[in-house]
Amino acid sequence: MSGTYLGMPAFPKAAHEAVHNATLRGNLRHATHTIRGKRAKAVAEMSDWAELREAGKLIKDHTLRHLDRYLVQLEESVTAAGGTVHWAVDADEANRIVADLVKATGETEVVKVKSMATQEIGLNEALEAEGIHAYETDLAELIVQLGKDRPSHILVPAIHRNRGEIRDIFAREMSEWGRPAPEGLTDTPAELAEAARLHLREKFLRAKVGVSGANFMVAETGTLVVVESEGNGRMCLTLPETLISVVGIEKIVPTWQDLEVFLQTLPRSSTAERMNPYTSTWTGTTDSATADGPSVFHLVLIDNGRTDTLADEVGRQALRCIRCSACLNVCPVYERAGGHAYGSVYPGPIGAILSPQLRGTASEVDASLPYASSLCGACYEVCPVAIDIPEVLVHLRERVVQGGPVTEKGNKVVLKPAKGHAAERAAMRAARWAFSHPGALRTGQRLASRSRRLHPRTLPGPGRAWSATRDLPTVPAEPFRDWWQRTNGGKGMSK
Amino acid sequence: MRVALFLTCVNDTLYPETGRAVVKLLTRLGVDVDFPMGQTCCGQAHYNTGYRHEAEPLARKFSDVFREYEAIVTPSGSCGAMVRELYPRMGERARAEGRGDTLARTLAPVVPKTYELTEFLVDVLGVTDVGAYYPHKVTYHPTCHGLRGLGLGERPRRLLQAVKGLELVELPGADECCGFGGTFALKNADVSAAMGADKVRNAESTGAEVLCAADNSCLMHIGGTMARLRTGMRPVHIAEILASTEEEPTV
Repeated sequence: MSGTYLGMPAFPKAAHEAVHNATLRGNLRHATHTIRGKRAKAVAEMSDWAELREAGKLIKDHTLRHLDRYLVQLEESVTAAGGTVHWAVDADEANRIVADLVKATGETEVVKVKSMATQEIGLNEALEAEGIHAYETDLAELIVQLGKDRPSHILVPAIHRNRGEIRDIFAREMSEWGRPAPEGLTDTPAELAEAARLHLREKFLRAKVGVSGANFMVAETGTLVVVESEGNGRMCLTLPETLISVVGIEKIVPTWQDLEVFLQTLPRSSTAERMNPYTSTWTGTTDSATADGPSVFHLVLIDNGRTDTLADEVGRQALRCIRCSACLNVCPVYERAGGHAYGSVYPGPIGAILSPQLRGTASEVDASLPYASSLCGACYEVCPVAIDIPEVLVHLRERVVQGGPVTEKGNKVVLKPAKGHAAERAAMRAARWAFSHPGALRTGQRLASRSRRLHPRTLPGPGRAWSATRDLPTVPAEPFRDWWQRTNGGKGMSK
Repeated sequence: MRVALFLTCVNDTLYPETGRAVVKLLTRLGVDVDFPMGQTCCGQAHYNTGYRHEAEPLARKFSDVFREYEAIVTPSGSCGAMVRELYPRMGERARAEGRGDTLARTLAPVVPKTYELTEFLVDVLGVTDVGAYYPHKVTYHPTCHGLRGLGLGERPRRLLQAVKGLELVELPGADECCGFGGTFALKNADVSAAMGADKVRNAESTGAEVLCAADNSCLMHIGGTMARLRTGMRPVHIAEILASTEEEPTV
């Protein structure tokens, strides 16, 4: 994935800073609780929500099962409509394809619609290395880009910033990138939005090349769909002469009719809107002399770990994700740790299962992500395509500590357990042995009871993580099973 | 009705008073309770930390110990969810790994017969007023595995509302996880502690003396946080409240 994230520390370490940053935690708490409440209301309005959720799940599962067939159909439809389809196996290949396409136009600037796929492959950085400037036009992405920051939320990339911080970023950075922020800019939303609008308008009108992602691709007609709220996407999709769309292969739906389900569940789950403000669709090329839209259209389909993920029968459900980010907004861990701690463009619960599948579990951060959850299940409850995130988390924990068969770049390999779990594995085996022998458990309980006056108030080793902030329970004088045996459940005579 | 008490390893070792309360309560309601001495642990900590294969012998043992009983009752939403939700999944995974139906067949008999305590009271015994007396102001925290895993819903609240003398106050953000999560509390201690502190602050804001839940693991974390933050509130398992009577009060 994006080079920006290389060398990220493991989740607990990255989360440590966020937990102790009061401003960040305040910003996140306020934002996630607001969206959470609105979403719950928007969903409650729909009497058939459960059916829509099931339908979305089934459509996605069906499509994934026949992905090969639908991708070929999509390529045929796009080609027939005048577009060109490119296939990229990984991030490097995708970046190279896009860079070459831009260079072929002779341009050195592109405007971008917010896109998770291009974030995932680190396209902006790759283009920069080729002397091409990519301008983000989504308001939150603009804030992140101007602030030389990283996105921390799928839908609201600048969720970790408050209005004051945004004002400072605009005032300081806009002039470096184009039209400067107006003099005396305040932190009122209307003024901030106007500053961004004026700044961006210059870019829209100048750009000859647009780069987008897509929320959906309709196989039957080769149509791509972007769902957005600000209209910047519409500008990028219609004004430039050349449009390059970079999309993950799992974003396909077979027919227009299938879209109906997602165009209901996505807006309500993500922004709590009944209907989406801007839903743009584009099919191949247009004659730009007579119609709006690009006269050259390229679709870059990226795999980047998706077919490997598809090969895993438990983990593949992560590919159903429609990137609504409802799981982030209800996640108590995300709320405290913030998006950056996940070391990926996909933060929160979905990121914790997607990143270690797309990238593998070899790095420190990827091996720690399946544990970045208390398994409370709130994410599964809100997911509009019913991804059982806790199930996949536990499945990936197994991969980390026990290894096992996986598919890597299309080949079946057997993973060894990740490093650093030897002590835990030994403890788990010892516990399993003790629990398999009730006599041993009882001896242990009695030892603990008899030595209870000697127990320390703080624990050494990994236990320190508990006793640093929590009192330990006191061990009772007599475990239950001894009481039961002594009294026969209170009926017998006590000794 | 002959019922087995599956107390859980945590309660057996650290919270025997909860076990004694369940026995007292069920006996009062006319249930013949047995505590099979062969029981230990359902394997949840192993399973949820990624050691599914280490959890399998524990699940098989659970089934051996409990399969002959009419019903298995446990005062733990999370251990109850382990048996009901995850044992079938363990069977499916074993099948997917080409190991046949043996595990699934071994575990199947205990799955539908395992009940979390409040579920057993309301659904099987059909009671909501268990004749308890507990003159305290109480707030209720629905633990995640009870709430979302087992779908306990309003059962615990209905039981508490029927307790004489008890004043039940709503906990703000009740549905949010307290941050325990088994090994999560150690592996992500900072985040876990922050979640625990928020839960305790919410509980404190209710003015209740007691925070009650149907899972001592979560209460161990919440109670440990309460003690460290010197709130003066107490964590109490719902079984102890329901077992309490005017003649024999739980303090």
